Amino acid sequence: MNAAAMAPSFESAVLQLLHAVLVLAVAPALTGIVRLVKSRLTGKRGAPLWQPYRDLWRLLRKEAVVAESASWLFRVAPYMTFAAIWLGAALIPAFTADLLLGPSVDLIVLVALLGGARFFTALAGLDVGTSFGGIGSSRELMIASLAEPAMLMVIFTVSLLVGTTSLPHIAIALLGTSVGLRVSLGLGLVAIVMVAIAENARVPVDNPATHLELTMVHEAMILEYSGRHLALMEAAAMVKLLLYLSLIACIFAPFGMALPAAGVRALGIGLLAWLAKMVLGAVLLGLFETSIAKMRVFRVSEFLAAALLLGLLAVIFLYVSKGL
Amino acid sequence: MGHLEFDIAHLLGTMVLVLSFGLLFQRRIFGVLRTFALQASLLAAAAAWQAYVQDAPHLYITAAIALVFKAIVIPVALHRIVIRLQIHRSVETVLGVGLTMIIGVGLVTLSILLVLPVTYESGAITRENLALALSVVLLGLLMMITRRNAVTQVVGFMSLENGLILAAVGVRGMPFVVEMSVAFSVMVAFIIFGVFFFHIRERFDTLDLHYLETFRGERE
Amino acid sequence: MPPLLLIVGAVAGLLGAAVIGLFGNRWAAAGPIVYVVAIVALLAAGGTALLQLLAPAVGGDPTLVLPIGLPSLAGDFQLETHFRLDRLSAFFLLILGLAVPAVSLFAIGYGHHGTEPARVLAFYPLFLAGMVLVLIADDAFAFLVAWEFMSLASWFLVLAGHRADETRRAAYVYLVMASAGTAALLLAFGLLAGVAGDYRFAAIRAGHLADLAAVLVVVLTLIGAGSKAGLVPLHVWLPLAHPAAPSPVSALMSGAMTKIALYAIIRVLFDLVGPVGWWVGVILLVVGAASAVMGVLYGLFQRDLKTLLAYSTVENIGIIAIGLGLAQLFRANGLAVLAALAMTAALFHCVSHAMLKSLLFCGAGAVLNATGSRDIERLGALIHRMPVTAVAMLIGAAGLSALPPLNGFVSEWLTFQAILAGAHLPQWSLKFGIAVIGALLALTAALAAALFVRAYGIVFLGRPRSAAAAEAVEALPTMRTALVLLAAACVLFGVLPFAVVEVITPVTDLLLGQSVPRQGIASFLWFVPLPDSASSYSGVVILVAIAVLASIVVLAVHRLASNRVRRAPAWDCGFPDPRPETQYSADSLSQPLRRVFGTALFQARERVDMPPPGDRRPARLEVQLRDLIWIWMYEPVAGGLGWFTERINGLQFLTIRRYLTFMFAALSFLLAIVAVTQ
Repeated sequence: MNAAAMAPSFESAVLQLLHAVLVLAVAPALTGIVRLVKSRLTGKRGAPLWQPYRDLWRLLRKEAVVAESASWLFRVAPYMTFAAIWLGAALIPAFTADLLLGPSVDLIVLVALLGGARFFTALAGLDVGTSFGGIGSSRELMIASLAEPAMLMVIFTVSLLVGTTSLPHIAIALLGTSVGLRVSLGLGLVAIVMVAIAENARVPVDNPATHLELTMVHEAMILEYSGRHLALMEAAAMVKLLLYLSLIACIFAPFGMALPAAGVRALGIGLLAWLAKMVLGAVLLGLFETSIAKMRVFRVSEFLAAALLLGLLAVIFLYVSKGL
Repeated sequence: MGHLEFDIAHLLGTMVLVLSFGLLFQRRIFGVLRTFALQASLLAAAAAWQAYVQDAPHLYITAAIALVFKAIVIPVALHRIVIRLQIHRSVETVLGVGLTMIIGVGLVTLSILLVLPVTYESGAITRENLALALSVVLLGLLMMITRRNAVTQVVGFMSLENGLILAAVGVRGMPFVVEMSVAFSVMVAFIIFGVFFFHIRERFDTLDLHYLETFRGERE
Repeated sequence: MPPLLLIVGAVAGLLGAAVIGLFGNRWAAAGPIVYVVAIVALLAAGGTALLQLLAPAVGGDPTLVLPIGLPSLAGDFQLETHFRLDRLSAFFLLILGLAVPAVSLFAIGYGHHGTEPARVLAFYPLFLAGMVLVLIADDAFAFLVAWEFMSLASWFLVLAGHRADETRRAAYVYLVMASAGTAALLLAFGLLAGVAGDYRFAAIRAGHLADLAAVLVVVLTLIGAGSKAGLVPLHVWLPLAHPAAPSPVSALMSGAMTKIALYAIIRVLFDLVGPVGWWVGVILLVVGAASAVMGVLYGLFQRDLKTLLAYSTVENIGIIAIGLGLAQLFRANGLAVLAALAMTAALFHCVSHAMLKSLLFCGAGAVLNATGSRDIERLGALIHRMPVTAVAMLIGAAGLSALPPLNGFVSEWLTFQAILAGAHLPQWSLKFGIAVIGALLALTAALAAALFVRAYGIVFLGRPRSAAAAEAVEALPTMRTALVLLAAACVLFGVLPFAVVEVITPVTDLLLGQSVPRQGIASFLWFVPLPDSASSYSGVVILVAIAVLASIVVLAVHRLASNRVRRAPAWDCGFPDPRPETQYSADSLSQPLRRVFGTALFQARERVDMPPPGDRRPARLEVQLRDLIWIWMYEPVAGGLGWFTERINGLQFLTIRRYLTFMFAALSFLLAIVAVTQ
């Protein structure tokens, strides 16, 4: 491990700040791409891809209408959720592995941060005391109870392969050595994609564009929000999508990333490579969502159990191929 | 032999295993047939790749048999049987889907724990291949015993054969691979003809619609 | 003053307080006096323990021999009882010193002693004294007497609400399980002392135990102490007894007494019995994983707030057992550094859980005091009526859901790191097994978060479901102070975990000969348990980063966009209903999880009775869950015992001739044995 090159420096601080701003700037565009792809594939013209920015700006300037039975938790939750997810996204190496705060968070902490964001959102769903919030929270708890273990199993696979759970070190290790077409990584990729779909409330687990009680999970939890609170919750969902795409790219397709103490040119290449990967991921997600129907709510548990078992298989196969 | 060749062989083998799990996951008969067709095509690809890597042209014939017979002819025939005999389209399972898959993972672990100590002196690649193939065989057997419908049991048996063929093509210099493939395929063809001509629908369980509606959470 | 004398003096003070407590029915000031004495005594003991850990006295561990008790069988027939404060005892004494003063402060204001406060006031100090004595006991006699003392005192405390039927049943089950546990421990210590009969721990440590005896000792200790700790399947008394006791006592039973039981397991397994095989670790792992998963699943379907928290205790004890099992596995395979990591994880969770569970039970006590109900389906919207309690309970719930930057997360993180380190074990089946345990632990963590969202959301959020909830009042100032202190301590230990690790490293040094490496100056910020794996965690950074990011967002949004708020009725998709029954209830919230996990493990069935059109009676939904452990394990045993005793009962009603026949048969039998073996 390149411990010396990971020591905090002015450069890593600047890159960290840049990272934080970049994820915030790019996230709505990704959601815009997904929506545009889905519209075009279903024969519609679709809104331009910068529409989410306009939506967020419009919502931010509106006054927030808060239910009479809501408490301070309801008003604080959007800020907490957004801050936790933004922090998580800012800590995943995107175009460089040299981040100031990199060593303070490893993969397990990242999963726990996302869990914390979900904790507050689920509580906010229960706060107003309507049945819709309850539906969203109860289904979200069921989905999370299986998605989180599946994610942790993928993390186990990766960290057993590389020997650490620290993200910058994983990225550097997977960039450097010739890992080859590892079977475990393939299984892990399938598992993490299934988890990402569930966590981001995408078809076939949840429909982000619906307000039908039968099909809502995430939308139901944030149903009572309006104005800037709703803007923050929507922005949090967009950044979460970017977080997962960035995580998948960092672990399974890290080529192009700049190593620590690389020059500006390497950083530029890394940035372009990362943007290309994000756009590709968004397009593929749009394609996938259009080609499949939403599952029944209780089939989601089997879907995620399959992801968990795939993750477990990945760990088992890693032991088999590594310990020989 | 380079590292890449073995990696691709293992990738194909693992995809066959994952599709065995996919067979256990499916709840509709047409889904089962489609998954099985995909598994047979991947088996054909694996056999073809082994033919290329081991420089053994007779394995191309095995690949062709797997592709034509198992990936195309048999699924189409079973599809028509299901429609013709009006066999109901959803798969009746003995245990739940989740529990079946957990047992499946246990079987994979078991086969790994079995194969690895036994083949200690052979190369690492053979051991992994044997472990994968044994897992596919055990999962095929699991599918046969946890399904009530004759068509899905036949598919389970054929996926068991896929595992055997995967083992056979993986071992360098195994004789009579082509002959084994032909023999298995003929046997399966006769089973299917038997089902078709004698209208054998289910062996021990009923066509009763009541079973379709029993959700574990809602009724006894 | 020698440390042990101070601690024994504290115990004497507690015994004196018990006497004062006897007058609690008539003398109103007895209550505060008893609790203040408890606070002072345990603070003194905890402070002594801390000093002993950080700045140990030269010349070895302090020991004390008191001239009371049984004559020593080692020949000289002197009355003596041995006490010793070694690092392991000091650590657990420190845990007591953290939890007990806060809970006692809470108890000063807590008024639910019912009509007979003396029942609680007399036995509370005895309970504390018993726990302290167990920790400093240095021979088996002192240990077992103190253990029984602790059990009986807590049993009397459980019976404080003896007028209720379920309290009597809870006390009965507790008595049976505790007695069985002590019997097992008696046998274990008997085997440890061996033929020589020297019960001093020092002699036991020096002696050598045969393999079969070591196996039996370990199994008996796991049965005896594991039952007290709450490991499945011997946990059944815990969800009955802990909720039945008054809330401060429940807090200490869950937070402190379970840790004493774990101390017993660690003392026997890692100190007294010598090296044992790795299969012990496997037993601990399997039992721990089963406790963790079953505990959290049971808790998810409870309606009673305190029963829910009791099942959460079972879950957390399971997590600690997983850590201990891993430590044993690594130790048996010679990987001492990894064993230290696993032991650190287990001990850290002991501290975290003690504080978090005390916080949660005290909060539950405040809720019970304010609303008169433990049934969460009768509560709701308490966040408006009890703001301070709500914030404290939120921190407790977030802590046990393992959210950063709280202390519950640090121990969970360390346990995961220890599980990842399981890849270094040579045995294949162990490698796979630990991967499965890792999956189960991850499942437990996710389900624990669900449990606490449900508990917190239904009790504190939403709309009030009963008049009592709508008119609740905030807790008294002393109770609030105790809650805030505990919550602040949890946050502090989560953000600065190195403080707790500093206290744990002497203990792992003692037990395993190794410890998590010294962190250096950077340990203030970054915590790196294994230097060559580079996995690190920084609570300070996370706390500061989230605070900074949240502030930036708040400032930016309020300045550049809008900060107006308007209150209006709830949107509810355009169909608002003012009745609080339309909001989600606790059973509805856990329904998806019941469908997924309950059908297999609890035989969960839902029955709908829908009347035909025209019939005006209401429809009925019936949900049935069965406790399979009770049905498959305890009922057959109880049934078998009942059958057996029915048969034996016949012996009461024999004629004189038959009794004489018995005596004659016994005499002949013994004479025959003597004849044969001569």
